[in-house]
This record gives sequence, C-alpha cells and structure tokens, in this order.
Amino acid sequence: MIIPRVPAQHRRLLPDRRLSGPTPWVIAILMLLTLLAAAAGMGLARSANAIGSAIAGRVTVQIVTANPVTRAEQAAALRRAAAAQPFVREARAVEQAELKATLGQWFGSEDGSEGGDDPVLQSLPLPALVDIDFVGEDRAGHMNQLRAVVSREAPGARIIPHAEWLGPVARLIRSLAWVAGGLVVLMTLASAAVVIMTARAALGTHYATIEMLHMIGATDQQITRLFQRRIAIDTAYGIALGTVVAALILLLIGWQWSGITSGLAATASLGATGWALLLALPLLAIALAALTARQTLLAALQKIL
Amino acid sequence: MTTPSRPGGAMVEFSGVGLRYGPDAEVLSDVSFNLQPGSFYFLTGASGAGKTSLLKMLYLAQRPSRGIVRLFGEDLVNMPRHRLPGFRRRIGVVFQDFRLIPHLSARDNIALPLRIAGVSEEDLAGPVGEMLSWIGLAERADAFPPTLSGGEQQRVAIARAVIARPQLLVADEPTGNVDPDMAMRLLGLFEALNRLGTTVVVATHDIHLISRIENAQMMRLEKGRLSDPTGALRYPPNRA
Repeated sequence: MIIPRVPAQHRRLLPDRRLSGPTPWVIAILMLLTLLAAAAGMGLARSANAIGSAIAGRVTVQIVTANPVTRAEQAAALRRAAAAQPFVREARAVEQAELKATLGQWFGSEDGSEGGDDPVLQSLPLPALVDIDFVGEDRAGHMNQLRAVVSREAPGARIIPHAEWLGPVARLIRSLAWVAGGLVVLMTLASAAVVIMTARAALGTHYATIEMLHMIGATDQQITRLFQRRIAIDTAYGIALGTVVAALILLLIGWQWSGITSGLAATASLGATGWALLLALPLLAIALAALTARQTLLAALQKIL
Repeated sequence: MTTPSRPGGAMVEFSGVGLRYGPDAEVLSDVSFNLQPGSFYFLTGASGAGKTSLLKMLYLAQRPSRGIVRLFGEDLVNMPRHRLPGFRRRIGVVFQDFRLIPHLSARDNIALPLRIAGVSEEDLAGPVGEMLSWIGLAERADAFPPTLSGGEQQRVAIARAVIARPQLLVADEPTGNVDPDMAMRLLGLFEALNRLGTTVVVATHDIHLISRIENAQMMRLEKGRLSDPTGALRYPPNRA
C-alpha cells in the first residue's frame, strides 16, 4: 500500500510536525520542474514526429529553364504527369504569386507592404516549383520513379527532398525532447534521493523512539509503516503542490499556444495521451517515494539489532 | 570467576559468554549462569563492572561476542533477527534513564507495549488505568514526561515494563530516583510479579533493597566477571 494504514494511537508515536521540514517544499519544486520538463519533452517529441512524417514523403521539383513560357509549360506538364502516378498522393504547382509573396517578406514592396511588388523582385527569374507528396513508405523507390517522370517532362529540373533541409530541424527538436526526458529522469532520481535523505534523517531524529519500540517488541514492519506513512503523506503534499503549480503554468502556456496556428509551433501540442501521462506522473511519484522510503527504512532498521 | 551452569529448565542460560565492543578488551568474560523461572535476582557490582552490558544481552539489545545465550529454551546467538520481537514481548525492561517517549502522555507510554502487541484500545484501557492508579499517577495520566519529576518518570517506566505481564523483568537501577517509600512500593510490585511467576533481575547498588526480598539471589560482577557470593547460582533453589 502506498500510504499504509496505521492505527491512530500508533501515529502519535511520531510527533505531529507535518510540512515543518524542507522535504515537501523540495519535492514540490522538483515535481514542478519534472512536470514542466515532461510536458516540454512530450510536446517536442510530438512536434518532431509530426515534422518527420510531414517531410519524409514530400519533395519539391525546381524547374529553372530560362524561358518563362517553357518553364510554365514544363511545370504544368510535370504536375499532370506526377498526379497521374500511383505513388503520388498529391502534386501541386506553386503559384508564382505565392512565391513572390513569400520573397516579398524580405524584398518588401514599393508601398512598404509585403506584397512582393518590389521592382528588383519583379525582375528576378523565379523558378517554377511543384510540390509532390508520396504515398506509402517506399521513399527510395518513389524517388527513382519520380526522377524518370521529371527527366521526361522537365529535363534539367532539380528534385529537392524536404527531409534534406527540414531533417536537421526535426533531429534538433528530437534531441531537445530527449534532453527533456533526461531531465525528467534526473529529477526523478533527485526526488528519490530527497526521500532517502528524509527517511534517514527521520530515523536519526527518532532513533531513541525506534530503539525503544524495538525493545518492547515492535517489528521492523510496524516501525517502517509508521515512518513510511509520514514520509508518503509529506511527499504527497509536496507533489500535490508542485502539480497544481505546474498545471497552472501548462494551462497558461497552452492557452497562449492555442493562438499559434502555423509553422513548427502548431505541431507542439501535448494531445490526450500527453495529458494523461502528465497526470499519471504525480501518482507514480507518490508510489516511488513510498517505495523508496520503505526500502530505505527497512535497510536502515536491519542494521539495528 | 566462572560459574558453572546447570542446564535443564532454565529460563536464561549463559555459558562462557564474552562481550567486547569493537576491538577493545572484553567488558564481560566467561560469564556463565542460569536463571530459573520464577526466581528473583539482584545484580550488583561497581560502576563499570559490566552490569548494563549483561542486562543488554538479557533484554536482547546486544548479542554476545562469544559463548552461548539461551532464552526461553532457544539459542539467541544465532537466532534470526526477525524472530527477536516475539521474544522481546516476553521481556519487560526498566531502563536506568527511563527512555520514555517524550511526546506521548504517561498513559500512552504505559500502553505502548500492549498496543505494539496488538491489544485493542477497549481491552487495554482497564489495565492501563489500574496501573496508573497503582503507581499513584492517575491524576497525571495525560501529563507528558518532560513535565513529570524524575521519580514520576521512573514509575511510568516501571509501569510500562510490567503492563504486559512479562515472563522476564529486567530492571536497571529501578529505584534510583524515587524516595524510600516509593522504592519499597515498586519493589513490592516486582515481588508481586515474581510471585505470579515472572523472573525478575534487578541491577542495583542499594544493599537495603537486596535485604528486603526474601529468597532473592545475588549475582555480583567484578571487572566483567561474574562471582557468586551466596552460592545460589551454583545451586539455585527449586521454586517451581
């Protein structure tokens, strides 16, 4: 049992000084940091997975033929030919206006807007782009088939797999997720260490009582239950406090996040599973604390005759 | 001096027992004796002679460094640790420094052995109340040890030791902090328990106390060795 049942008369064997020591507060801080790190880790992992699956099957074909008319014709022919392939889910020609609008964010416009009507931009020979999404997982096979289609419809065009330039970003996000996971493990170990120190300190503080209890025939289990209950309750207070504060912070961040609907940030949500795991963490922490306290106490009592 | 043991029927049997703490010289050497059920023993000796060490082995707070210790017919030297609590519940101990739990009332301190043994609150209320009345602390039942005088604390410690009707009562200077009248009353309690079959071992310096108990036997420790001035240990009377 996580918090063992101890008769009320036996509980009085330990003086009632709940929340007077630093343990609940240290545990609260560690729990807060653990939950924030876990939430960040899960959000980043989901983001990395979303980016990974989004980029893994997408390529952009860049047609750089000098003649703009030929370039447009090749783009249209390639889009049609690609769309007709069974391994292609979708083929989309990127509109020139869309390209100019994107570049206009850097070039600007005559009137200062981002419309992309800057004279320099207007004079630039922009390539024709065709975005192609593959079906299924056979990326290498699909690439070979696409190369054949491209060389037929738009000779000289370049095929740019999105994984080539977004892959490092996804890997970085995944690394950050692992770092967050590592922090969760470290803080869990730190919490266990705090519980071990608390248990040992409690044994030291109440050594005379423990010795007396032993002398009148108390078993290790009776004594352990007494201390385990106290430590588990103190720890539970800390965990509850840390959880409440973490929940408030995460809800606030979630509320602010909900306004972000584009880019990488939009993929970094926790999801139902993430929230369920976050809610399970405090319960696991209480169980871990109780188990750690029990093992520490039993090991320490074994050293006393 | 080594006292030969007489095996068979002894409640406590020490044979060739030695005790040392760490690498130091033995504080007890070649101690051999038997304690018969229902007997009353005084343990005397100068300070530092090893009385408390001997008592610690009797109430299972210490295992010997060598020799054989048998209690209630069982070998305690090699007994697994988890079996000790059951034996300890059959032994009452009065410590020289009382060892009351300071944040428990006098009533709760006295009730402790019964609670540890699993006696229900309903069943322990009567005996604890009677014991409080007997030691004259009924009015102070809810007082905490730090607010009690030395004598009152000692009475609570004795009450705690005897409340569970132990088979063996071990007392280390139990009357050191009480007035002569209370000392005699407490000794009377020990004697009454002894008549009911409890084996009593009292370590004391008080020679007057020793003379008050008829048929009591005396063990004397001198520099860690047991002497037998009355010969009673060698040929213990049959009190069955």
